[in-house]
Amino acid sequence: MAKITYIEHGGTEHSVDVRNGLSVMEGAIKNNVPGIDADCGGACACATCHVYVDDAWREKTGSASAMEESMLDFAQNVEPNSRLSCQIRVTDALDGLIVRLPEDQH
Amino acid sequence: MSDQRIVILGAGHAGGSVAAFLRQYGHTGPIAIIGDEPVLPYQRPPLSKAWLKGEAGEDDLQLRPPSFYEEASVEVRLGVRATAIDREAHTVALSDGSSLAYGKLILAMGARARPLPAPGTDLAGVYVLRTAADAEALKSELTPGRRLMIVGGGYVGLEVAASGRALGAEVTVIEREPRLLARVAGEALSGFFHGYHGARGVRFVLGGSVSAIEGEGGKVSAVVLDHGERLPCDVVLVGVGAIPNQELAQAAGLACQDGVVVDGQARTDDPDIYAIGDLTRRPLPLYNRAFRLESVPSALEQAKQAAADITGFKPPPPEVPWFWSDQYDLKLQIAGLPFDVDHLIVRGDPLSAKFAVFHMSGDLIQAVEAVNSPAEFMGGRLLIGARRPVSREKLADPAISMKEVGV
Repeated sequence: MAKITYIEHGGTEHSVDVRNGLSVMEGAIKNNVPGIDADCGGACACATCHVYVDDAWREKTGSASAMEESMLDFAQNVEPNSRLSCQIRVTDALDGLIVRLPEDQH
Repeated sequence: MSDQRIVILGAGHAGGSVAAFLRQYGHTGPIAIIGDEPVLPYQRPPLSKAWLKGEAGEDDLQLRPPSFYEEASVEVRLGVRATAIDREAHTVALSDGSSLAYGKLILAMGARARPLPAPGTDLAGVYVLRTAADAEALKSELTPGRRLMIVGGGYVGLEVAASGRALGAEVTVIEREPRLLARVAGEALSGFFHGYHGARGVRFVLGGSVSAIEGEGGKVSAVVLDHGERLPCDVVLVGVGAIPNQELAQAAGLACQDGVVVDGQARTDDPDIYAIGDLTRRPLPLYNRAFRLESVPSALEQAKQAAADITGFKPPPPEVPWFWSDQYDLKLQIAGLPFDVDHLIVRGDPLSAKFAVFHMSGDLIQAVEAVNSPAEFMGGRLLIGARRPVSREKLADPAISMKEVGV
């Protein structure tokens, strides 16, 4: 279980408990956090679950796979701390994670 | 008017999503979703993939958690369906005998599996795959050594073939056309999937038409082809396409043409009735034609169109149609549609299971089929949407970045 804070583009914060094994994307959907579309449901096929990982957490969330890198490479408003949240698995080690959401996923 | 009652017929991906977009875009009036399945809106794509293989649970399929509908004040009535629309009175009659008044009505009844025109489809052990209940029943049959006969070499058929192999079943795919994915993909892709499945133990009967399904004691025992060959089996999956659930709309006098006809804002020819998702025949501005798309992205785009039109929110930008499929370790992503194509460009080597097929009209990309090639998919999608011509030589060279192929 990890407490994850999702910060919407407008600044609204949602701190929710997400169980281990879910993705950071699923944590948002299951807790009604707006701003993550996840059109493909987590298949790493659409790049609509884009988040910015807080700098303090970049190491713990690991690095993107080649597949994810390529998807991100063509997404909008990508930064060095951009990730697809369907590709980040929740574990106890992510307790306290902070991610920020882009203005738009499309 | 943002306080009128909106009634959504159909609780699938389209119906569930449009309710959420309506609230997001500021609709404050009542919203009711009417669904004939006994479950809250869920995602269908995993039914033939991760879910069938047991890699995803029921919870994982839910489009949104049950708390969403409560918090958003969306009334969901399950296990009921609409039996008639009275356009003049602005009411919908429901199968439980009640009736519901609407300010705006959104049709999202989806499509159903096309029946196989052959005797024997009512035998036990013959399935289609459309709903969670279908998937549950099929899953219980797919155990090691069971002989699964799949009728139809389209995406549903191939995804179930891959899942069936993962579960240890013996799989045969029967396709009427001389190649797989004949209606939806180019020959290069068809050939690739044929080889990839074949190498993983799937048998194919191409150009084979099913004349009957035979049973013993009410349970399926064989599939018979039209030239008389009898293929013994334990389970049959029929995946030969889908037909839109448009009867209700037709009876109400709405324009239908293999799908409820809508415009670019998901409006039918009745100003108070919208239609979204697999049910609709929708305009494709990029291709100057109307088409019935069976895909989640199209359903989501139309859900946004309808919600925006009803609430006065800014309409969503037009999207390039896209699709995806997972089979074994392959991720197939498709952008665009192969209309008006005069030649193909293959980028990468199909033997490496990492390549993309570009369907070209002159120097314009009409569609791209990308296997384990997300950059080709994402880059191709942008080029298609921008109608930007490309250099054919550069596109054919995988060493040149997709960002550099435009001219």
